[in-house]
Amino acid sequence: MSRFAMIGRRLAQAIPSIIGIIVVTFLLTRALPGDPAVYFAGPAADEKSIAEIRAALGLDKSLFEQFWLYLGDLARGDLGVSISTGRPVLEELATRLPASLELTLVALIFAIGTALPLGILAATRPNSWVDHLCRVVVTAGVSLPVFFTGLFFVYTFYFLLDVVPSPLGRLDIFYIAPDHMTGFYLIDSLIAGDLDTFGASFAQIVLPAITMGVFVLAPLARMTRASMLQALGSDYIRTAQASGLSRSKVLFSYAFRNALLPILTTLGMVFSFMLGANVLVEKVFAWPGIGSYAVNALVVSDFAAVQGFVLSMAILFVLVNLAIDVLYTIVDPRVGIEG
Amino acid sequence: MKRRDFLKTTGLMAGASVLPMLKHLPASAAGRDDTIVVVLANGPNSMDIHRKGTNRPSYAIAVNLYDRLVSFGTKTLANGTSMYNYQDIVPELAESWELAADGMSMTFAIRKDATFHDGTPVTAEDVKWSFDRAVSVGGFPTVQMKAGALEKTEQFSVVDSHTFKIDFITKSKLTLPDVGVPVPIIINSTAAKKEATADDPWATEYLHRNPLGGGAFKLERWDPGQQVVYSRFEDWKSGPLPGVERVIVREVPSASTRRALLEKGDADISLDLPAKDFRELADGGEVSVQGAPIENSMTALGLNMNFEPFQNKLVRKAVAHAIPYKEIFEAAAFERGVPMWGGESLTPKDISWPQPYPYDTDYDKAKDLLAEAGYKDGFEVPLSFNLGLADWAEPAALLVQEGLGKVGIKSTLDKIPGANWRTKALVEKSLPLHFKNFGGWLNYPDYYFFWVYQHGHLFNSMNYKNDEVEELVNNTLLLPIEDPAYEPNVKRMLEIAFDEVPLIPLYQPFLDVATQKNVTGYEYWFHRQLDARSLGKGTV
Amino acid sequence: MAVAEHPDSAGESAAAAWWRHFRYVVSENPVTLFAFILFAMFVVMAVFGPWIVPYDPLASDTANALQPPTWAHWFGTDNLGRDVFSRVVVATRLDFLIAFSAVALSFVIGSVLGCLSGYYGGWTDRVVGRSIDTIMAFPLFVLAMGIVAALGNTVENIVYATAIINLPFYTRVARAEVNVRRNAGFVDAAKLAGNSDTRLLVFHLYPNILPPMMVQISLNLGWAILNAAGLSFIGLGVRPPAPEWGIMVAEGATFIVSGEWWLALFPGAALMLAVFCFNLLGDGLRDLIDPQRRT
Repeated sequence: MSRFAMIGRRLAQAIPSIIGIIVVTFLLTRALPGDPAVYFAGPAADEKSIAEIRAALGLDKSLFEQFWLYLGDLARGDLGVSISTGRPVLEELATRLPASLELTLVALIFAIGTALPLGILAATRPNSWVDHLCRVVVTAGVSLPVFFTGLFFVYTFYFLLDVVPSPLGRLDIFYIAPDHMTGFYLIDSLIAGDLDTFGASFAQIVLPAITMGVFVLAPLARMTRASMLQALGSDYIRTAQASGLSRSKVLFSYAFRNALLPILTTLGMVFSFMLGANVLVEKVFAWPGIGSYAVNALVVSDFAAVQGFVLSMAILFVLVNLAIDVLYTIVDPRVGIEG
Repeated sequence: MKRRDFLKTTGLMAGASVLPMLKHLPASAAGRDDTIVVVLANGPNSMDIHRKGTNRPSYAIAVNLYDRLVSFGTKTLANGTSMYNYQDIVPELAESWELAADGMSMTFAIRKDATFHDGTPVTAEDVKWSFDRAVSVGGFPTVQMKAGALEKTEQFSVVDSHTFKIDFITKSKLTLPDVGVPVPIIINSTAAKKEATADDPWATEYLHRNPLGGGAFKLERWDPGQQVVYSRFEDWKSGPLPGVERVIVREVPSASTRRALLEKGDADISLDLPAKDFRELADGGEVSVQGAPIENSMTALGLNMNFEPFQNKLVRKAVAHAIPYKEIFEAAAFERGVPMWGGESLTPKDISWPQPYPYDTDYDKAKDLLAEAGYKDGFEVPLSFNLGLADWAEPAALLVQEGLGKVGIKSTLDKIPGANWRTKALVEKSLPLHFKNFGGWLNYPDYYFFWVYQHGHLFNSMNYKNDEVEELVNNTLLLPIEDPAYEPNVKRMLEIAFDEVPLIPLYQPFLDVATQKNVTGYEYWFHRQLDARSLGKGTV
Repeated sequence: MAVAEHPDSAGESAAAAWWRHFRYVVSENPVTLFAFILFAMFVVMAVFGPWIVPYDPLASDTANALQPPTWAHWFGTDNLGRDVFSRVVVATRLDFLIAFSAVALSFVIGSVLGCLSGYYGGWTDRVVGRSIDTIMAFPLFVLAMGIVAALGNTVENIVYATAIINLPFYTRVARAEVNVRRNAGFVDAAKLAGNSDTRLLVFHLYPNILPPMMVQISLNLGWAILNAAGLSFIGLGVRPPAPEWGIMVAEGATFIVSGEWWLALFPGAALMLAVFCFNLLGDGLRDLIDPQRRT
């Protein structure tokens, strides 16, 4: 089956899930406490103005009618207007999603860069003290709540040691964001050739990325170790070693490539986990991403915002899984394309 | 203390006038003499105070980017803090005003040299359009206008291009002060009308994102959820030019981070810190902390008349004696406030407001009162508070829970998220025992009673009804304070409040602000937002 | 012909053999022993906590608020003067309760669902599969937040929310394992012997799928506690004054910058140790039960 057919089939398989998500989110937001009409009406509003606003927001209609209207809006790409910020939800997501994605990707790169070598190291010396130490270190990382690690880092590295700039978000006050190309400041500033802004963006993203990355070191490192061990124990490796190939060639060209598959699966899981863990890190570092947006929206029962956020996360999740599946076929041609 | 050396060495040297073309500016942000960096928990969610759903921090936009006809003067407190003087109404856009001989209208003379940010001269047409808008859009702005008896567009008329008249429906001492509150902003109606549509005659869509004002500052940029930057309007005529060129207001959700930024010098002013931090910063001496008691405001406990035990006055008095006031003041308010307990008698000596209610912590007395009321074994009650105010509300609630527990009243803590709080506490009025912190903008005790003690009014979350209070408040609101009936009326209102005690005050909170020592001109305002017009940076 | 007994196990009971295996695993991996000891300690704290602590964890003493660790208060006092040590120890009970209930719930429901969908296939499989995908498509933490926000922040709701978000894993693993074994020899034999489907599932298939899930259970226990902590940080955790590690860390976090580090550090350390312990325990269990899957 061609790759395109596979992608098409995967997307089709995802549709029932997305429908399920739309329904569940809709019901969940309607179950939230708090009356947006009251919030919207503002302080000192009386019964009459609240009733007016409720009608204007369409909240006086039956649940079924509201759902129908919501579906209609979705079909037109209208995700509604966020009560708390007053801007269309789609616009909010478009500005905030790149912020969260950038953070997640940098964190992922850091995590991969640390966990993979650690895992490989542990796999080449199984049951030695190095192995145990690696395991203890990564497990420690995953055992602390992510906001605690974040605050601790802020305290140590910003407040006490002064090695990072103030945790004020993506860019320091006096820098102006680079022209919007991808929405990723690091990439956009490089495209624009502006090394100063690049440096400033990087300085801001370092600490939150490490905080998030530390939390996912464990699954990555352990999976690397496990699949490397399995690969290293197989016959073809023994053959390669017997044939006299160098250690590094055996390790990287043969063992690692074959061990990649389970690591990729873990990567997919880890990535979608991080999209959720964003919420806490963004709060600590004042990062203007979708996580902090979602938390604020949830606390004020901002229906449209919560629905839009969850929907976009779900679609992202589907796309990420799809990408992982495609990567599978690239890494290992033997992998069947069957579902 | 100032870091950012890499900025200094790599930055370009250029004046602020070249701002839009620069990628970045040199030197640490908070160190520049012409810029002030403010950090707060939540920023504005709209540029238009008349819009529905606009949050409190947006009022700062109305104050700094728009003018009103009048404003308030300044006075200084004993502890050195400057604050607005509600008894001193000063000109802003209006140069002068005159009460008609029959006292039923007021005419304002508008400054002839005033212009909006785009250069258009301000005329009485703009004032009328703006006032009409304020009373027509509904929601909070209209209600606030109504508090000063400004209700109908027919009241507002243009006499000539620079003269504006307001006709009164009733005479009220609150009308003139109400013209100076943030709500009646003067909008550039010529520009606004261009953006209006048939569906949106007041141009709310446009004004939500684009202020069209003539205030001391103009909007430089707004990144919702992140920051607002204002820059000085050099042609401002309604008052002395602000001392700073730019104000950057940055949203930083975490209180610890705000404090860290201030202590490290990366922020000039921090609002919204927990009371504890303010006290520590004040004691520390590195930064300047200025606190003013929030006028016409008390942090209090509300007892709902719909909850059976509270229908008995003796039970309410018992509760008032079972509260550990001092501990709450220390552990929740960190003494950043004025105690509101321990008054001397059930009869008020004067009408200073707020004043302490005559209750003290006395567990034995509380137990006796409960026994007398028939609740010897106590009862159970949920104690609710707004999650958004958990900083002080949670420790206070825990202490109240402990105190009530000592006299047999078992309470469970009920944290209610902000959005739901308004509905449950103020609209449904369904919370049996809850914290309140209403603060009235117009500093008169009858104004407080109007909102809090009159039946059915929004902030009467206790469902309290007393016919005598109804009559007293209705009469007194209309009386000027010089009227001989004013003082006895207010004293009687206080007497009833002391005795009936459906509301148990704990303390009058401070509004604290922490600034770097070289920041001058901070003033406390009743709207509790930062009026940047008086700020400046001196030498330490 | 009688089956020859293995000479080494002559006279050894099953329990003794198990014990020998245990000692072997622990000697290979001393970290596991450490984890077991830690776990035992926590269990003692959870069970006997309220009786062994020096102070009432709920008693406030504002005059002594925010005292650093001293001999009188080993872990110092918090902003209401409550003894941090007592609160940390007593919190063990609530945290373990949340973790174990949530994981037990999701394990039981998830594995049963997975078993059924793996065994029967067809529509059962499709419906369960799509439902699980729906749950998995939500960012886990946000789903937990949403559920707690909608239902209210009581301990029960936190448990339910955590159980729901952990459900997919157990379902998937159970389904995969049952699927693989569905046509195995022993299943056919049992069917031929006249076992009904239900008996088959309960007595033959289910016990065989337990080993791979045991490990994930212990990992999930740690995650459940961290989840509750995260919810507390945004204000949706357990209600005060209940002592719970997560909420103590969340509240203590705001005091770090002003120098009162002990409010957050000690519950944070306890939290970390507990999660750490569960993670390592998971490894140990895996070595004990299913050595082939060691990571």
